[in-house]
Amino acid sequence: MINVTHLRYEVLRIFRTRLFLGLTIGLPLVLFYAVTSANMNHHVDGISFPLYFMTAMAAYGAMYAVVTPGGRTAADRACGWTRQLRITPLQARTALLSKLVAAYLLALPTLIVVGAAGASLGVRLSASAWAETCGLLLVGLAPLAVMGIVLGYLMKVEVAPLAIGGPIVLLALLGGLFGPLFHGGMMLTIVKLLPSYWLAQAGKVALGGSGWPVEAWLVVAAWTAAMAALAVVAYRRDTQRV
Amino acid sequence: MNNLDEHRPGVVATALTKSYGPVEAVRGIDLVIAPGETVAILGPNGAGKTTTLDMVLGLTRPDRGRVTVFGVPPASAVRSGWVGGMLQTGTPLDRLTVRELVTLMASYYPRPLSVDDVLRTAGCADLARRFTNRLSGGQVQRVRFAAALVGDPDLLVLDEPTAGIDVEGRHDFWDAMRGFAAHGKTVVFATHYLEEADAFADRVVLMARGRIVADGPATEIKARVGARTIRATLPGVDVARLGALPGVMHAERHGEAITLTCSDADLALGSLHATFSGLRDIEVRGSSLEEAFLELTAEQRSGADREQSIAMEIAR
Repeated sequence: MINVTHLRYEVLRIFRTRLFLGLTIGLPLVLFYAVTSANMNHHVDGISFPLYFMTAMAAYGAMYAVVTPGGRTAADRACGWTRQLRITPLQARTALLSKLVAAYLLALPTLIVVGAAGASLGVRLSASAWAETCGLLLVGLAPLAVMGIVLGYLMKVEVAPLAIGGPIVLLALLGGLFGPLFHGGMMLTIVKLLPSYWLAQAGKVALGGSGWPVEAWLVVAAWTAAMAALAVVAYRRDTQRV
Repeated sequence: MNNLDEHRPGVVATALTKSYGPVEAVRGIDLVIAPGETVAILGPNGAGKTTTLDMVLGLTRPDRGRVTVFGVPPASAVRSGWVGGMLQTGTPLDRLTVRELVTLMASYYPRPLSVDDVLRTAGCADLARRFTNRLSGGQVQRVRFAAALVGDPDLLVLDEPTAGIDVEGRHDFWDAMRGFAAHGKTVVFATHYLEEADAFADRVVLMARGRIVADGPATEIKARVGARTIRATLPGVDVARLGALPGVMHAERHGEAITLTCSDADLALGSLHATFSGLRDIEVRGSSLEEAFLELTAEQRSGADREQSIAMEIAR
């Protein structure tokens, strides 16, 4: 089903971009150290600031990582590669599945590096809590990975950095990845409908319990389904245009 | 051949029609290409060459008519790995080396050729480690050719493969191409370059304004226009007598210089010698494919702008 060579070069081509490494690893790492070292003893929603911000920065970098393979489709369309692929035996669904697998492979270095940074500033979690936090992050990233594909088919390559960066920064800001903005009321109810809010909450597993409430799973599932539906529309629109 | 019945037709297009809004790009084309044939689709910009090839490749759905490739719809032929193509637009995927790109293309096909062999065949062996964004125009086309070749397709479709390459680069390209076609593959290529169609194709399909205006061996297309011109020096001759010679369609005289437009130049030259003495400076000019092209597409053209654009293409 998966063409390993195709997947390998999909990932390799993205790793060969310095901007990618800067946005997914460099930036979250610098922000994490700069902000956390000034807030070592604070707490957010009952968990330590280092843990909260480690999770948030891992999520922020990983959001860029998972959106990138799909977003690259804009460039692949511009250079004629998507048309070239359509006259090879590679199936469209294999190509799309590869983008999603690549998205997750590209997110892993961010999770590892920012997690290590967290440990270096005193974040201590049990092995199962680490695994659970990472697991929730990976689940919460699913709608972003599919959003990358949607953007990749809809946008022109010239606007790609803005069209990808804009929504990510907005989602990150509202979702509390740069620190919680809302502590109650109407706005909190609204931002709880964003997958990024639940990414920021993934560190809550340290408090015990199941990490995410049912509401979180529903929000992530709904966003993923909506993005998938949009992706189908965007893909059809692109391939049927002549 | 990959499980292909040798007796199956290669490409069969029937009443193929495609419009883009008000523009009728292809207006009812019938075309049969046998396996192993090398066919040039020749025509000016806007003739419908690319649209035709896109329909053969299954990239564009015809409005009416149908096309099959080795007896099946284009999409099935593509999925089986029988088709390789070099599209007109496009630059190779970036952030990969030439070898990586060709390896990637090979991975899509069930029975690819050896990457090293293909790089050599396409004249890219020395470029293998170069990144694809560091290539000259001619190198890009050779790399794209290698990428189209590596799947070992039975049908290779090339849309203006030498556009934008200098003369020497074109020469190298066709040298590489010859090696591939020698293995009994079916090759269809679109071109503006008349000498390419003449030199390389078994058969030339001439398109103008969405229609096929001539289809046959390059020599036959020249014969269809037929005219050859005899120029000579012959003092004091009666133009009417020249015009009456067998094989001559039209005669002119300017001082001592005569010009005969002939339907059969061999016959005309023989009777010219037999009838007149003092004939000097004889020059027989065959019509080139360019002239055939202009003649055959003349009725399809409208307006001086199109004429000018053709003249410019030929000048290139």
